[in-house]
Amino acid sequence: MSEDGAGVPSAVAAGSQDQGGTGRTLYLEIFRYNPADPDSEPQFRTYPLEETPGMTLFIALNLIREEQEPGLQFDFVCRAGICGSCGMLINGRPGLACRTLTASMEPRIRLAPLPVFELIGDLSVNTGKWMRGMSERLQTWVPATVDADIDSIEAPMEPELAEQIYELERCIECGCCIAGCGTAIMHERFAGAVGLNKVARFRLDPRDTRSDGNYYELIGDDDGIFGCMSLMGCQDVCPKSLPLQTQLAYLRRKMLRAGLIATG
Amino acid sequence: MKVLHSDVLVIGGGLAGLRTAIGARRRGMEVSILSLVPPKRSHSAAAQGGMQASLANSIKGFGDSEDVHFADTVRGSDWGADQAVVRMFVHMAPKAVRELAHWGVPWNRVKAGPHPVVINGEPVTLQEPPSAHGLITARNFGGTAKWRTCYVSDGTGHSMLYNVSDQAIAANIPVHERMEAVALIHDGRRCYGAIVRNLMTGELLAHTARATCIATGGFGRIYRVSTNAVINEGMGAAIALETGVATLSNMEAVQFHPTGIFPAGILVTEGCRGDGGLLLDGRGHRFMPDYEPEKAELASRDVVSRHMEYHIRKGHGAETRFGQHLWLDIRLLGEDHINHKLREVKEICQYFLGIDPVHELIPVRPAQHYSMGGVRTDALGQSPQLAGLFACGEAACWDIHGFNRLGGNSVAETVVAGMIVGEAIADYCQSEAGQCAIDSALVNDCYRRQREEIAGLLASSGPERAGDLVRAMQDTMTTHVGIYRDGPGLTEAVRTLAELLARSRDLGLHCRAPGANPELVLAWRLPRMLKLALCVAQGALNREESRGAHSRVDFPRRDDSRWLKRTLARWPTGARQPELSYEALDVMAMELPPGWRGYGERDHVHHPDTARREAEVAAVRQRCTDASARQEALMPYAHLLPERYRRENERFEPPGEGEQ
Repeated sequence: MSEDGAGVPSAVAAGSQDQGGTGRTLYLEIFRYNPADPDSEPQFRTYPLEETPGMTLFIALNLIREEQEPGLQFDFVCRAGICGSCGMLINGRPGLACRTLTASMEPRIRLAPLPVFELIGDLSVNTGKWMRGMSERLQTWVPATVDADIDSIEAPMEPELAEQIYELERCIECGCCIAGCGTAIMHERFAGAVGLNKVARFRLDPRDTRSDGNYYELIGDDDGIFGCMSLMGCQDVCPKSLPLQTQLAYLRRKMLRAGLIATG
Repeated sequence: MKVLHSDVLVIGGGLAGLRTAIGARRRGMEVSILSLVPPKRSHSAAAQGGMQASLANSIKGFGDSEDVHFADTVRGSDWGADQAVVRMFVHMAPKAVRELAHWGVPWNRVKAGPHPVVINGEPVTLQEPPSAHGLITARNFGGTAKWRTCYVSDGTGHSMLYNVSDQAIAANIPVHERMEAVALIHDGRRCYGAIVRNLMTGELLAHTARATCIATGGFGRIYRVSTNAVINEGMGAAIALETGVATLSNMEAVQFHPTGIFPAGILVTEGCRGDGGLLLDGRGHRFMPDYEPEKAELASRDVVSRHMEYHIRKGHGAETRFGQHLWLDIRLLGEDHINHKLREVKEICQYFLGIDPVHELIPVRPAQHYSMGGVRTDALGQSPQLAGLFACGEAACWDIHGFNRLGGNSVAETVVAGMIVGEAIADYCQSEAGQCAIDSALVNDCYRRQREEIAGLLASSGPERAGDLVRAMQDTMTTHVGIYRDGPGLTEAVRTLAELLARSRDLGLHCRAPGANPELVLAWRLPRMLKLALCVAQGALNREESRGAHSRVDFPRRDDSRWLKRTLARWPTGARQPELSYEALDVMAMELPPGWRGYGERDHVHHPDTARREAEVAAVRQRCTDASARQEALMPYAHLLPERYRRENERFEPPGEGEQ
């Protein structure tokens, strides 16, 4: 007995075999550049593709790699919109490719790597390195005691507070807010919405015992909260719809206060 | 050749690898982590519904304990698990949850007073006592006697991974991102690290270590329809297999999750059903109670997935142009619950299906989800065959899941195993056995073989394309090695996979670009995936019984008399197929002798020792009133735990009658 026809996509791509097309031909204009290859020149190349029902950019890019351009570089991991790997410029706007349906766009689709981050090749950028650097600079962790008591009943926490912390913790470090940020593009060390949101998250957390004075040391300058020009591109493009505008404004008030206290 | 060295090399930057690394680092070891992707992108982030730990803080968890969690897990495993290891696991799980609470995980908390829930399709109001207010709460999951699954909305894995990853950064542990371990350095007796390929530049280097730990997750992508991330291709298990020495075990034990969204196979959490969601067929009929009157939608995953496929085969599916599926109904949970506790599910439905689950049904069908099998280890995570090689998490067969894992036990295993294996690795490094002289000729030899293989692939001009062969493998696995299996299908699968493995030697690459080369990466992984697939298919063909997720139509009964044993797979160097052997599970050493699971089929064949052991266990239970003496007499396990983790878990004392 066999288990038949349960579904579509695979590691390589979703087959377009027996589903029929939508009748549209897509033209994907994809940024191509391989820094490891001395003969490679940055350019856009156009790949035609027959659209299938329910096609996402994950499916489209895998089909192009499989059928037309085996060396095409891009990053997908979860393909479900939760891991943050596939941020790219989709028709100029930062977004997650895996959950972008081609049906939502005109047939000509332009794809480019996120700016600001180091380019690995084609659509692949090194967000991991950037995020680790940001974490180290901002110390985005609960300062943990090495031998915390894990045998006794845990300290209680208000249920609403736990939910508020999670609300900010939903960030997936995809880098879209950085790519959409005027300051980050000009200013290499700017923490950006992703970093500042993390500080806001830890500031809420009673397990993080740092004071506003401590946070001021980390973000009380132009690399931190005072670098934000309030353009709010971050909020516009955040795939998780995090309340970045509110958080940044609130944090700026608190840091201004901490700065005034610190300087007497 | 560039050579890096550290005391400990952890391969894999998901929860299991990170927690192991933190443990070893805390003990003073120099630790390095290799990861295919930035660690926070690991598949651990996809664990949605929660983590089992018997805290017993919420009213539906009162009375829970390690004992109940133990029995649920062993029954879930269909008696395939190592019971002493299950005991270690259930003892550690509450500690792990509490440690994560210290590290910042915002576990959902108990709210005192009345709150509405849905149980068995009916609205019910639960009343939580004021004294539990603010403690870590839990939701219901399949195959459990109590509500035991601690959670952070439906982003539990995400939250755990972010906080643990940030703790690893705080501990200053280097993570070498976009690095793939392509071979283990070993001399047939001991492992000395790995040969590593940089996926950004193509550079090959050696990373030597006194202890090496594989924590690379599962191998779901050998199937066409899988909830797994695209990186879950099992390469950690594959390089262990390629040593020709280390064994993989129970590879045929593959879990299919009931609710992959149809047709994409993206997971929606078991929490949907745990919180009261129902499964409906094409006519809108709730069918699970027809098959499982007691547990209904909340039997174990293997059982629910089987009933779903059976129901579709009887012609009760909903028809679409992509094929047949069933429906998941969470509308009855209400908008507020879905917006707070199932928000990832809501987003997935919106983006991938274009529907709002508050008002609409979710199309679902079972999809490959979890690899119970993996690198065989002892109770402390070390390979019994290759000293200095450790494994943990989904990549390992440590063996708490046997032939079926319970929901909420895998994300729990990652951190619990990490806590234990991190200590074990540190102990090993500090022991006599952990010292070693690294032979540069051995490292060189291993490096040269990898370099030659990669150069050979880059120069290849054969007729075969890696992408085609991968798809053929995935189709074969999904068609013949899926939920229902039988002799002819499995024979066909083994034959096809062996043929694909032979054809994988005749690849021709089209992309010869230097640096990152995705075609080369796939071509390199292909024969390794095929070897894993052959271990799965051959193991399934040999095992002439049905146990847990391994379901043979031609051998429908669980047969304890012949098959109460663990499959071990070894791949001798140069061989064309795996060599399988078997390790019997000792009924006379079991705390819980084999019986009926409480759901699923009842007609198993008994092991000859079962009745005798049952009598022994009953006598011990009568004789020993003291819990620790009883445990010692039944099945001692405390000696296996690292000393720092041996203390008892304190538990919330629920108020007595009338005090609420």
